[in-house]
Amino acid sequence: MLTTTKKSVDKTDTKKQTNLFKDFDPAEDKILRIIDNDGKVINKELMPDLDDETIIQAYKHMLYFRTADQMAVSYQRQGRMYTFPPCMGHEAIHAASGMNMRDQDWLAPAFREVGIMLLKGVTMKEIFLYYMGNEEGSNYKKANHVLPISISIGSQFLHATGIGYSVKYQKKDELVFTSIGDGGTSEGDFSEALNFAGIWKVPVIYTIQNNQYAISVPVRNQTNSVNLAIKSYAFGLPGIKVDGNDFFAMYAIYKAAAEYAKAGNGAVLIEALTYRKGAHTTSDDPTKYRTKEEELEWDKTDPIIRLKKYMDEKGIWKENEEELIEKYKLEVDKQFEEAENEAAYKLDDVFQHMYVDMPEDLKRQKSDYEQFLTWKESRK
Amino acid sequence: MEGKQKMSVMTIVQAINNALDIKLEEDKSVVVFGEDAGVEGGVFRVTEGLQKKHGVERVFDTPIAESAIVGTGLGMALSGLRPVVELQFDGFSYPAFNQVISNVSRMHNRSRSMYKAPMVIRFPYGGGINALEHHSESPEALYSHIPGLKVVVPSTPHDAKGLMIAAIESDDPVIFMEPKRIYRAIKQEVSDDKFSIPLGKAKVLTEGTDVTVVAFGAMIRECQKAMVMAKEAGISVELIDLRTIYPIDKETIATSIKKTGRVVIVAEAPESFSVGGELMAIANEEAFLYLEAPPKRVMGFDTIVPLAKGESMYMISPDRIFYEIERTVKF
Repeated sequence: MLTTTKKSVDKTDTKKQTNLFKDFDPAEDKILRIIDNDGKVINKELMPDLDDETIIQAYKHMLYFRTADQMAVSYQRQGRMYTFPPCMGHEAIHAASGMNMRDQDWLAPAFREVGIMLLKGVTMKEIFLYYMGNEEGSNYKKANHVLPISISIGSQFLHATGIGYSVKYQKKDELVFTSIGDGGTSEGDFSEALNFAGIWKVPVIYTIQNNQYAISVPVRNQTNSVNLAIKSYAFGLPGIKVDGNDFFAMYAIYKAAAEYAKAGNGAVLIEALTYRKGAHTTSDDPTKYRTKEEELEWDKTDPIIRLKKYMDEKGIWKENEEELIEKYKLEVDKQFEEAENEAAYKLDDVFQHMYVDMPEDLKRQKSDYEQFLTWKESRK
Repeated sequence: MEGKQKMSVMTIVQAINNALDIKLEEDKSVVVFGEDAGVEGGVFRVTEGLQKKHGVERVFDTPIAESAIVGTGLGMALSGLRPVVELQFDGFSYPAFNQVISNVSRMHNRSRSMYKAPMVIRFPYGGGINALEHHSESPEALYSHIPGLKVVVPSTPHDAKGLMIAAIESDDPVIFMEPKRIYRAIKQEVSDDKFSIPLGKAKVLTEGTDVTVVAFGAMIRECQKAMVMAKEAGISVELIDLRTIYPIDKETIATSIKKTGRVVIVAEAPESFSVGGELMAIANEEAFLYLEAPPKRVMGFDTIVPLAKGESMYMISPDRIFYEIERTVKF
């Protein structure tokens, strides 16, 4: 296996990052939080050093994610798309991780990472195409190093670990980001991936988007652990619980994790505490398993409202938000129309990607079907 | 180079080791790993000496976690490497099954050819060695049924080397099943040079006129023993070694059945819903009008492979193969 190679890095910085994981020990159930629900800075020392422009940009990203998300749900309701997993509530996690990823960094997503994927260069058109039932939506034309979404729960954690080994072996300056839900932490692949990551010291940043529910099952029925970050203890990895609805806390932890990994220290596990404001997918009905009161309670922590309050307090937000949302809606709608106008699915698309070197039998199956189509056509 | 190839006598174990060594030597993207695959060289010593020669970054031990061995191997394959991963036994390949069926086999299709998964998953398979439970299984049908994979089973040292090299060079993922029963039982002169045997091509080992026998892996040797008995009985057998299970070489099989008009299929996996069933389908779809007797399967029972005391009743013996050959010819 690979040995750790320490690059020359700013020692004080590394020390500070390591301290972050020590200071917020998951065994004591501590949580990293920088602004409160009213947008007030409660942990000035850890506030990431971001200029106003970057903060405004982050807010715009989050606003765009939510607009696109709500529109996706609405397209589905109109019967123009088969399904969609809403990401509403996850915007701070998505913006913060996306903004800390470089073009060469890898993303092994599950399926509730639309915002992160967008910041990596995936387009809403591609997202829409996929949920309209076209695999072409996973052929990300402009996004570098993004794997197709993983629907098989938890399996992407292992792919990320393998990519981590690969980039380290090839001595590439690339980090790997992957994410899982709270439910996914119960899968064996979650533990196997983190165990291997600890031994191999791979440059992978593992995120648990703990949004409180795995479809209908609350996190308390998923584990008896005090939190999910503490699972890192078992694998000898640094772990931390972070307020996933606090953009600044998420930004700070991703920056720290990236520096930690770049310095050759290996992987970290981040539990981002959030709330899935929407349904699991558009086929799900959350009223069956959670209360309105609970939803309202979590609404107070909404990541977009919090960041907005922070900006208002500082007086840095000067744009007309309604106009901005209207502009985003037009953009999203344009992408949706492009997806709807995508070329029709061809018979070739069913077959041509199964193998690099297509077996004769598969060619025969296709040609048999073509003969059937010719017969069918002749009967018209 | 002199015109003459340098040859060495090798077992299947040595031939696979030699193939891995050649690929590790010429291609830095090849890595080899699995449980005990590093320091010890695997429980059957297939990877013996490779870590010492090629380094601990390229040939290494992993924790006991088959899903992770395959899943991380896939991650490596997607990002520029050509991993050859070892699962210790046939019956221990199942914890990795979800990674194989849900990810390894599909990444190329899922990503619309944006990503390839050039990896080899190799494991010893089959019975006849008086082993514990989970150490005697023939799961080729399980893997051959998964779209996106190629499944290879060698039967000789020469084939093991050539097929392994082809498997590592394949841009599609390959399940490579090694007949553990004959790992060391067969010795053969094998070229020391690099050579490969194309995937998807069966081989007619012996030409004959009365009946086609189709087999693969460890059953080839048993069929050859049965053929001695058949010859004494005046029956001319054409023996085909599949070499690759999927893609299956229909053409070679059908051509032979059309010639002989009869087919006996020999495999040690449970009979129902098996590769034997697929071969029956080929006989019917491709050579129906040429058949002079019903195609016959000589296969394992639909049972668990018994432990040592009962194993000989399960394992397919040469006389049982001959018994079915004779019945088919006399039909």
